[in-house]
Amino acid sequence: MKQMHTASLAELSAALHAKQFSAVELAQFFLSRTEKFDGDLNAFISTDADKTLAMARAADERIARGEAGALTGIPVAYKDLFCVDGWRATCGSRILENFVAPYDAHVVAQLNAAGMVTLGKLNMDEFAMGSSNENSYYGAVKNPWDLSRVPGGSSGGTAAVVAARLAPVALGTDTGGSIRQPAAFCGLTGLKPTYGRVSRYGMVAYASSLDQASPMAKSAEDCALLLTAMTGFDARDSTSLQRETEDFSARLNEPLKGLRIGLPREYFADGLDDDVRLAIESALTELRALGAITVEVTLPNAALSLPAYYVIAPAEASSNLSRFDGVRYGYRAPEYKDLNDMYAKTRAQGFGEEVKRRILMGTYVLSHGYYDAFYLKAQKIRRLIANDFRAAFEQCDVIVGPTTPTVAFPLGDKTDDPVQMYLADIYTISSNLAGLPAMSIPCGVGQHDMPVGLQIIGPWFSESKMLNVAHQYQQASDWHTRLPEMAR
Amino acid sequence: MNSVANFAKWEVVIGLETHAQLRTQSKIFSGSSIAFGAAPNAQASAVDIALPGVLPVLNREAVVCAIKFGLAVGGTVAPRSIFARKNYFYPDLPKAYQISQFELPVVVGGSLDVSVGAGAESRLSTAEPLHRREAVLRETPVPPPSKHIRLTRAHLEEDAGKSLHEDFHGKTGIDLNRAGTPLLEIVTEPDMRSTAEAVAYAKALHALVRWIGICDGNMAEGSFRCDANVSVRPFGQAEFGTRREIKNLNSFRFMQQAIDYEIAWQIAEIEDGRKITQATVLFDPDTGETRSMRSKEDAHDYRYFPDPDLLPLDISPEWVAEIGAQMPELPQAMQARFCAQHELSAYDAACLTASPELAAYYENTVREAGIAQAKICANWVMGELSARLSRDETDIAQSPVSPLMLASIVRRIADQTISNKIAKEIFDALWQGEGADADTVIDARGLRQISDVGAIEALVEEVLAANQKSVEEFRAGKEKAFNALVGQAMKATKGKANPQQVTDLLRKKLSA
Repeated sequence: MKQMHTASLAELSAALHAKQFSAVELAQFFLSRTEKFDGDLNAFISTDADKTLAMARAADERIARGEAGALTGIPVAYKDLFCVDGWRATCGSRILENFVAPYDAHVVAQLNAAGMVTLGKLNMDEFAMGSSNENSYYGAVKNPWDLSRVPGGSSGGTAAVVAARLAPVALGTDTGGSIRQPAAFCGLTGLKPTYGRVSRYGMVAYASSLDQASPMAKSAEDCALLLTAMTGFDARDSTSLQRETEDFSARLNEPLKGLRIGLPREYFADGLDDDVRLAIESALTELRALGAITVEVTLPNAALSLPAYYVIAPAEASSNLSRFDGVRYGYRAPEYKDLNDMYAKTRAQGFGEEVKRRILMGTYVLSHGYYDAFYLKAQKIRRLIANDFRAAFEQCDVIVGPTTPTVAFPLGDKTDDPVQMYLADIYTISSNLAGLPAMSIPCGVGQHDMPVGLQIIGPWFSESKMLNVAHQYQQASDWHTRLPEMAR
Repeated sequence: MNSVANFAKWEVVIGLETHAQLRTQSKIFSGSSIAFGAAPNAQASAVDIALPGVLPVLNREAVVCAIKFGLAVGGTVAPRSIFARKNYFYPDLPKAYQISQFELPVVVGGSLDVSVGAGAESRLSTAEPLHRREAVLRETPVPPPSKHIRLTRAHLEEDAGKSLHEDFHGKTGIDLNRAGTPLLEIVTEPDMRSTAEAVAYAKALHALVRWIGICDGNMAEGSFRCDANVSVRPFGQAEFGTRREIKNLNSFRFMQQAIDYEIAWQIAEIEDGRKITQATVLFDPDTGETRSMRSKEDAHDYRYFPDPDLLPLDISPEWVAEIGAQMPELPQAMQARFCAQHELSAYDAACLTASPELAAYYENTVREAGIAQAKICANWVMGELSARLSRDETDIAQSPVSPLMLASIVRRIADQTISNKIAKEIFDALWQGEGADADTVIDARGLRQISDVGAIEALVEEVLAANQKSVEEFRAGKEKAFNALVGQAMKATKGKANPQQVTDLLRKKLSA
């Protein structure tokens, strides 16, 4: 078989079952890669070899007992906003620096039950607010393809560890593109499920109506396997959907003949870099060769998605993050005069600049006298955007376009200009607003030899179809097998 | 306070907001118990202390309570209502927002008709012992005026925790046991025009929520507490005056004192040429005064918005109908039935429906004694039983005399086996645990009434012979002397002689 770090999840599982190596050996392999490379990447916030190896031993015992499943013994790492019992959950923030989660998030519990082995907790933009992973109290994450460039965000650590093959697979979240944009920047396959597919219980909220836990993987095939284990109804999340569990691997091999691909005019307009455009167009040629037909569609309100998002997400965040008040857990300012001073100092010292900016924006748009003009209007736009997609999906099965307007940019490039930074998510945000599933797959390289991501957006609950499209494309291309220097 | 305030010039306007703690097993958005009195924070789960990542899940039972209330007050149960976040920082509010309902509450409208007047405001309340109220009402036979009070809305929300300022050496302790306790906030229109009306409404509401079983009404434990919005305006003025809100009134007496004080204070302020500014005030039971907590200027901007963690609350007409079918008979319907079927007075009917327990006791007694004895049953329940319960500070559920026992007494009164006086002796005996019913006590103590004509005649002869002085006085026109003779006859038989027969026979003999 291939080497451990390039093998697919299915290959790793087969090797574990065949006793070619043990789960402990597999975990040790990734732990030692992390030791070797993470000094450069800064992708992990917490590792704990003892805990990891204990889980690996348990997985080996389970394999020995013949009770193992497809994911038993496979290592996984979690973005640091998932609560994992006994591990810190910092959310990339100072305010939760010493917060140790006393319980497992629903999705963590599911993967634990499947026998996956926790490698550690991953760096991220503070509270998932950012597009470059430069907004972390624990320092910026570097892109494994070019250490002077950003890995994208907010799931930057998640992307970096999979791209550098420090983990075979990892979990992130996507609120406005936080799994797809880093996937695009790092040459990976990342999928944001339909809103409500994956329980949000135990996932520290940024914007509750947009957040979804999302798998980050080397391929659509791996992504499907992980997604199958992550999904399912959870009574503890009122927005979790009661649907029958689905095997997302089942339809990977269906042919694409006759597939109608919608190309939104608005996603190929000004603002899209030529290198990205070129890569997307050659991918479309490949998809047509696989039997797909392309039709032009329109999403007339696409331009409103960014402003609507920057009303709704900060509004929800301003309220969600209020619980970090220094009273019960987390950081508390060492000195203060009175209660209000304690709140003010704790939050001023505990939160970073971008988080404070979004709390201020959110507080403002919800304030008396502004609510109707901002929050209510943004919610109306949100409905218009969803309607646009609904209309478009009458003409096509999936929508395809670029994930990002540019390839990964240099560290520090946009840190002084929040609006430029926000524009990095211009193509990804609308699917969150509409609650649609969307994914990014590698489809070429652009300037500086950096990866380009192709975005696939499907109708609600069409993850199987999207993964089918992605898998068929990956069967016909090898962009997803390209490795950065440190993983070769 | 200006003691010369001219009350006659001013019209008082009051609206009430009441928080009724719902009688569910667990909290409104978590599985923690809501039992009172646990060690601090023993009933605070991950959700209640707002750990990162936790989410609320609505307690269905709390919604059932809200639907019951909506039906009981004739309001509209909203087919769709929305939970919203009310954002503010406070140490005992763990999420720094309270989940409540804002634009779309679960119950809209409805009303309550309450009786206002001397003693009568208590007609739906158990706050005053019945026998005392009965006495008051008998002195004021004019039926108390009824007041129609419209409800604006009722919405579901969670309670906050408690801040404990004592025992922590200058620091504040936080107890989150109460955080997340389900509340129904019931808001009236500004329909009340006096303290008496406000208190009458609060008592009626208190009785109603207990009646339909959605709230235990325990005011000392904070299960039922009111905020009163009070303003005054010159009679004839259409616009309302500026209101001040008195927070957290947790007894009817405090409510009365606080509103009375507030009205007098506002009138005095205006008459002294000052303006009332909108404010939230607290009532201090020690001084009997209200004092400002915060003015409108430093009022919070709560930044309400729909809670994205919770779906809209959809209530189907079928669900409402299902709950409607399980609703107990409401006090007003029960009163009408008592008047029509039991031929009770409106007053008796109201007294007996003061609480579901009392009404059930009465109905069970009548069922055993027979509907023809309803009035006697009513008198005993409102009189002797109520007095005894209040003297012994016992709940009706713990009454040593069961409806079955009381009915056995009533039956023996009705068939003239015993007199009222003996009946009280039997009641006492049963209360003390002597005997299983009236008959066993009657037999054990030999209390059977003497109604035998021959025996009574012999007795009367004996009394007349032994009390010649009284006979002479009576014949001289002293009516009092007659009573003395009756008394002697009763005394001679230890009260067992049928008093009516004794009286009749004495009259007959004396006039012969």
